Amino acid sequence: MLRISTIGYTIKQGFKNIWTNKMFSLASIATMGACIFLFGLIFSVFVNFQYIVRTAEEGVAITVFFTDDADQARIDEIGNEIRGRSEVTQCNFVSAEDAWNSFKEDYFEGDASVAEGFQNDNPLANSANYEVFVDKVESQGELVSYIESLEGVRKVNQSEAATKTLSTVNRLIAYVSVVIIGILLIVAVFLISNTVSMGIAIRKEEIGIMKLIGATDFFVRSPFLIEGVIIGLIGSAIPLGALYFMYNKVIQYVLEKFHMLNSLIQFLPVKQVFESLLPIGLVLGMGIGLVGSVITIHKHLRV
Amino acid sequence: MITLENVSKSYAKGQPAVNDVTLHVDKGEFVFIVGDSGSGKSTMIKLLLKELDPTSGTITVNGQVLNKMRHRKIAKYRRGVGVVFQDFRLLKDRNVYENVAFAQRVIERPNRVIKKRVPEVLTLVGLAEKYKSKPNQLSGGEQQRVALARALVNRPAILLADEPTGNLDPKNSFEIMRLLEEINERGTTVLVVTHNREIVNSFRKRVISMKKGVIVSDEQEGGYVEN
Repeated sequence: MLRISTIGYTIKQGFKNIWTNKMFSLASIATMGACIFLFGLIFSVFVNFQYIVRTAEEGVAITVFFTDDADQARIDEIGNEIRGRSEVTQCNFVSAEDAWNSFKEDYFEGDASVAEGFQNDNPLANSANYEVFVDKVESQGELVSYIESLEGVRKVNQSEAATKTLSTVNRLIAYVSVVIIGILLIVAVFLISNTVSMGIAIRKEEIGIMKLIGATDFFVRSPFLIEGVIIGLIGSAIPLGALYFMYNKVIQYVLEKFHMLNSLIQFLPVKQVFESLLPIGLVLGMGIGLVGSVITIHKHLRV
Repeated sequence: MITLENVSKSYAKGQPAVNDVTLHVDKGEFVFIVGDSGSGKSTMIKLLLKELDPTSGTITVNGQVLNKMRHRKIAKYRRGVGVVFQDFRLLKDRNVYENVAFAQRVIERPNRVIKKRVPEVLTLVGLAEKYKSKPNQLSGGEQQRVALARALVNRPAILLADEPTGNLDPKNSFEIMRLLEEINERGTTVLVVTHNREIVNSFRKRVISMKKGVIVSDEQEGGYVEN
């Protein structure tokens, strides 16, 4: 158990290391800052895209049509069977009349006389259907096969291309993000390791004296661990702060520049993004700092 | 207190630095280890500090067998052994007080103990009034006193001094030696490695002479033996 005075001394030494080694520390903080900034940027894009995909997924529906001999009782049974599936979030019955009314609204708006020509002869008499919504685009294929196997089902329409594109882009963004972030993390660890090893070289004599007068391994090592963590913390707090203030401005700019996006997509509010980005970014920064220090200490500080 | 049994230490190829040395030092003794360069006397200090492990033989200090000591126990062992060097090894960016307090911080003494112990030991070495001075503001003799204060502040049972007067003029050398003698009189076992003939001959203590890693003489109240 460390004494409070020892903890205080260790933290002070950690800061002292950073100060003694100002230029290298600044370089590490800057690199870490760049890494966390890019991470934050990618993270924001990723969560927003996920949000957009999720919203789009909710809007993508399967349409189920029935055979001529399926009476209302059978249609209700089919509805119940579809609703019983776990991936189904909504299943709405659209009668032939509803389908015709909706069609009239969409296509003959402002020209009611054309629709009146049909009088009571509903051209979509055979178009009663269920509109089925699923929780994830990936689960659509399996559900379609299931519905097609049900008795009384004539045809199932699905927007396969749209769903496949969405999930492919989603996956692609995830892979590219992981690769870019991985490379950045390795660079950051390397730079922090470099800074800590400079600190060790500068304090070689002091470390030697410490060892000879009975310092434990932990006592010798802890200022360097603290140094790495502090660099990580500062290097992540600055870009996260910058991202917080930039986020709304960037979204505002994007929506102003590309008006058509307004009706298509919705961005997440900054607070919702930072609820997870802030702790992840800070922990990541400190973690990188710690890993960089630990690797270096193991390599250069065999006490 | 200190026992070496058939201890040898070889570095890579060549003649061993210490060759089949057997000796015993009692609690409270004052011992000079003398010899020319390459005689193995500094290797002896390193072996006693467990900076080096012997190639063969057994070293026992304060009842602890150093050969078998686990890495994590070394720090605690060293807290019982004070050490001073020819080049003082002070931290140049810290003042006298901080240099001595450093030894206490390293072994995690609370601040109230440090505030009591450091002035006490600085008074013992005659530097109480220079506690704010940086090492570069002190003479060689004064720097060695700071190093001594640092070695003593943790109240070690054994004090090892590796050429403590090597960088000092005769006046300062004698003052440091008198201080070591005083420390010994207070109960600390003192081992001084030196090749300073005048000092060894003046103090008439036990003298162990080494040549090419071998003990060639061991005399109570001895003098410097020419090799």
